[in-house]
Amino acid sequence: MAIWLDKNSRILVQGMTGGEGTKHTRRMVASGSQVVAGVTPGKAGQDVDGIPIYDSVQDAMAATGANVTVVFVPPRFAKAAVIEAIDARIELAVVITEGIPIHDTAQFFQYSQNSGATRLIGPNCPGIISPGQSNAGIIPSDITPPGRIGLVSKSGTLTYQMMYELRDFGFSTAVGIGGDPIIGTTHIDCLAAFEADPDTDAIVMIGEIGGDAEERAAAYIKDHVTKPVVGYVAGFTAPEGKTMGHAGAIVSGGSGTAAGKQEALEAVGVKVGKTPSATARLMREIMTKA
Amino acid sequence: MDLYEYQAKHLFGKHHVPVTPGEVCSTGPAAHSAARKIGSAVVVKAQVKVGGRGKAGGVKLADTPDDAQAKAEAILGMDIKGHTVHRVLVTEASDIAEEYYVSFLLDRTNRAFLAMASVAGGVDIEEVAATRPEDLAKIPVDALKGVDEAKAHEIVAAARFPEAIVDQVVAILVKLWIVMVEEDATLVEVNPLVLTPDGLVLALDGKVTLDDNAGYRHASHADFVDREGTDPIELRAKEFDLNYVKLQGEVGIIGNGAGLVMSTLDVVAYAGEEFGGIKPANFLDIGGGASASVMANGLDIVLNDPEVEAVFVNVFGGITSCDAVANGILQALEMLSANGAELTKPIVARIDGNNAIEGRKILTDAGHPLIEIVDTMDDAARRVAELAAARKAGK
Repeated sequence: MAIWLDKNSRILVQGMTGGEGTKHTRRMVASGSQVVAGVTPGKAGQDVDGIPIYDSVQDAMAATGANVTVVFVPPRFAKAAVIEAIDARIELAVVITEGIPIHDTAQFFQYSQNSGATRLIGPNCPGIISPGQSNAGIIPSDITPPGRIGLVSKSGTLTYQMMYELRDFGFSTAVGIGGDPIIGTTHIDCLAAFEADPDTDAIVMIGEIGGDAEERAAAYIKDHVTKPVVGYVAGFTAPEGKTMGHAGAIVSGGSGTAAGKQEALEAVGVKVGKTPSATARLMREIMTKA
Repeated sequence: MDLYEYQAKHLFGKHHVPVTPGEVCSTGPAAHSAARKIGSAVVVKAQVKVGGRGKAGGVKLADTPDDAQAKAEAILGMDIKGHTVHRVLVTEASDIAEEYYVSFLLDRTNRAFLAMASVAGGVDIEEVAATRPEDLAKIPVDALKGVDEAKAHEIVAAARFPEAIVDQVVAILVKLWIVMVEEDATLVEVNPLVLTPDGLVLALDGKVTLDDNAGYRHASHADFVDREGTDPIELRAKEFDLNYVKLQGEVGIIGNGAGLVMSTLDVVAYAGEEFGGIKPANFLDIGGGASASVMANGLDIVLNDPEVEAVFVNVFGGITSCDAVANGILQALEMLSANGAELTKPIVARIDGNNAIEGRKILTDAGHPLIEIVDTMDDAARRVAELAAARKAGK
């Protein structure tokens, strides 16, 4: 098992015929994922390496039984693409696109809540991978084999770094939830899913400055998570009021600081590493004892 | 992007939110002429993106154009909490009967928007929120439904605005929401919203934050970019389309991915504690792909920062493998040398991930005198801090 994505997942790619869409479709296929369809309006009947393109998500789902979409559509068309996927009632929509205006994201997030049919991951995220089973997004599949650690992270490259540091143990599922101020799947959603997943033994949680998601995750861990959790928070040196790369990574009015997040996590017994490598060492101790 | 008051009020005016007439000025004589045009007593207000300017002496009443000029000349060039005043806003002085507070903002926690309103305005609203939370109404706003008249009535009722001005405040709230949506703002705040003795409700001050991601649908927002208030290296980085933030320190940082770069800054700051407080000089994310030309632009920016003593290139090869990253670093240095740059600052490179061994071998074999390869992020941070400290001490 794994969370949300497994060997039976049937993936369609919105924006498959674009440069990034084609490149990452090939990478997903090479890693063994079942990529069954692409969607680009007006390009029905074409194909990418034999994978058929459809005009709409609904057509693609009807023809191929796809239940996961990966969205590579550029920012100005992303809201319409995500709403189309929600209207088609797809189970999981992974929105890779970076740079979507926040009003658009707020609207399609609310739309997904009203519909209740679709889990959104992202936007501005690297996607989700269950190593050895399926890969929906841009996370490199050759970093780590399957294993029993679950990972949730706001950052793409820190996800890769952590997977690499712990590649001798392997991962059940790694979820890059994205660095935007509004994201569809939160740390808490992932913690709950990993807690319930019989194939996950321990969880690494990576956060960064901005918002209060880590503080709320800490409160959730206290009441609901029995599996060991190790944390890392990036951005201790970030100055107030400056956006650090990710649109959501900003300390404002003294809130959203890395120190505050670390304190909240440590207060509920989560060990927090000072560097990514130190965090990996903490997880290593847990996995070696188990 | 945070806007100045005069820019916020420009957007208010565009969407028919009532504001007092005024003119932005960068010299004393301009303030004189603005006051003469207004033809009554004026307020001269420092334009700075920081709160508390009134207490700092940045807001003055002036009775005559001569007085407005004198007040403007006193305020221009002032330093308010580290912000230099380059402009003043000269507006008609309004008589004030009451002061209120209204705002719309992005609510990250609830993944929606929030309306806040209070009849206890004109003061530090954080203090109201902390000491008298019952006096600050907070009403969630659904991103799809927005703020129509009915929603605005709900906000006005929750904040207990006086009956006589309900219609005016409702109309203002609906228009402010239009500013929020049509201008792609993440914050629209009016503090104070005032009632004049003759019963008019006006936005006396304004604060707006625009969503940088929505710039593509607002060509006119480019005019709001504040060139003199931005660090010159940041401006140059922006021309290269690089994700760069200037900090105060000695170690230039280049990495791929926002999270990894933030983490790199932290690791360098920890390591720097051992070497007399060496700190990171910047944040620079060259993106997941880490291509040679972007690497060259990044090195160009970082090496030209006079504060930088040593550079840390920290790349995790995920999508791009490490051999490509290594070649990119070498090509970048060649490009810079070919353009006549004199390269003297040491560069510590840590490249890890896919094809790490091949990547490191490429750098080792090249034998570039400035490049040192360290295998782990923590060790590389220590080494670059040591090199930066040594060069700093040698000066």
